[in-house]
Amino acid sequence: MSIQYKHIQCTINGRPVDKMVDVRASLTDLLRNDFRLHSVKKGCEVGECGACNVIIDGRCYNSCIYLAVWADGKNIRTLESLLGPNGELSDIQQAFVDEAAVQCGFCTPGFIMTAVEILESGKEYTDDQLRKALSGHLCRCTGYENILRAVKKAMYRRLGKPMPEA
Amino acid sequence: MYDIKALYEAHSVEEAVRLRVEHPEAQIIAGGSDVLVQIREGKRAGAELISIYLMDELRGISLDEAENIRIGSLTCFTSITNDPIIQKYINVLGEAVDQVGGPQIRNIGTIGGNTCNGVTSADSASTLFAWDAVIELTGPEGVRRIPIQQFYLRAGKVDIRPGEIQTAILIPKASYENCYGHYIKYAMRNAMDIATLGCSVNVRLSPDKRTVERARIAYGVAGPVPLRASTAEAVAQGQAPSLALADRFAKAVLEDIHPRDSWRAAKDFREHIAVETARRAFLESVRLAGGELA
Repeated sequence: MSIQYKHIQCTINGRPVDKMVDVRASLTDLLRNDFRLHSVKKGCEVGECGACNVIIDGRCYNSCIYLAVWADGKNIRTLESLLGPNGELSDIQQAFVDEAAVQCGFCTPGFIMTAVEILESGKEYTDDQLRKALSGHLCRCTGYENILRAVKKAMYRRLGKPMPEA
Repeated sequence: MYDIKALYEAHSVEEAVRLRVEHPEAQIIAGGSDVLVQIREGKRAGAELISIYLMDELRGISLDEAENIRIGSLTCFTSITNDPIIQKYINVLGEAVDQVGGPQIRNIGTIGGNTCNGVTSADSASTLFAWDAVIELTGPEGVRRIPIQQFYLRAGKVDIRPGEIQTAILIPKASYENCYGHYIKYAMRNAMDIATLGCSVNVRLSPDKRTVERARIAYGVAGPVPLRASTAEAVAQGQAPSLALADRFAKAVLEDIHPRDSWRAAKDFREHIAVETARRAFLESVRLAGGELA
C-alpha cells in the first residue's frame, strides 16, 4: 500500500515551517522525529498521561492523539520555546527547579506547558482550581505537591502579589 | 504512527457528505480522542478515516431566530463550558462536560463525537437527554432532525445513515426556558475517569416557586444507552417541592433504570447511587430555580 502524504505549513516555536507529513503520524511523531523536539514525551500514547502536551493556538493538547496533518496553519509551542536566547530558564522552569518539582523529569515538560497556559491567562486561581487545571497530567514519581507549589509560586510572581501563607 | 489505511479530509459539510458517499466503509473522525485511541488499541486498526476536524463551520454556539440553542457538533467541551449562551440558559451542560477526562481532553473532545460514539457513559449525554436535545444530521437528501432518544439505537450504535454526518445539537427554547438543572458524575477519580453513573436533573417551577411544573431526569450508565426516568418525572410533576418529594422522586427511578454488573461497579451499587444522586440533583435543581422546600 502506498504511503499517503500531505503538505502542511505551520509555526513551531515561532519558526514558520513547511513539511510533507505522513497522514498516519501523530503530532508527537512529527515534533520528535522531524523537528527533534524531544521535550515532547511519548508516555501512554492514548491521551491519558499528558507527557506529550503542547500548546496549539494558545490551548493545551495531548499531541499523541492529535493528527500531524491537523497542525496545518496552527501555531505550536513546545517546552523548547521557553528558553531564552542563551539558554536561560523561564520563570516557570526556574520555579520547578526551586521547588524540587522535578524527580525523574518525564512528566515535567507536559506539566510546564499546562502551567504556561495557566500563567498566560493572567488570572489568579485557588489551589482547587490549579489542581483541576493540572489534572490532565500523571506524575509517576507522585511529586504533585511540589508541582502545585511551583505553579502557584510562578503565578503569584507574575501577578505581582505575595504568595499567601499555607 | 497510527495504523490508518487512508485519510480523507473534509473542509465543508458538502465535502464531508460527498466523502461519506464515496467511502461508505470509512470511519468519521472528529477530535479523535475516542477514534485514535481505538486505533491504537487495535479495535479500529487499518481503518479508513474521514476527518471533519478542520471544518470550522461546525464550531460555535448560537441562538437561532426562534431562540433555540444551536451547538455546532465540533464545539469542544472547553468552549461549551466557557460559552455565555450555555452559561445563561443551560449552565448544567457546561458543568457536565467540564467533568470529561482532563483539560487537554476537553480541548480536543467534541460534543458531536461524544454523542456519535454512542456510549452510555458520555458525560454530555444524560444532560442532553434530560433537556430533550434534538440531533441535526446532514446527508445527501438534506437535513434531518431527530430527538436524541431516537438517535441512540443501542450500545455503541447511533442513527447515522449512509452519507450523513452530525452537524449540530439543538436545545429547543420550550425545553430550556426557566429550567434549572444539576449533574452529578459518580466516578472513582475526580479527573481522567469514566462515569460509574451519571445523573442529570432539571426542574421548572411555577412563578410563585411553590409547584414543580416539570421535572426531568436522565441517566448515563443506568442502561445500555442513556435513558430518561419517566416514572420519577411523573411523581414530581405538579407537586410542591419538599424533602419528602425528593425522596419519593428518587426512589421512583428504580422503576425506570436497569443498570448492569460490570467490573466498574455492581448493579446493586449503581441502583443505590442512582437513587442518591437523583435526590441530591433534584434538591440542587430546586435550589437553583429559587424554590424553597415545604
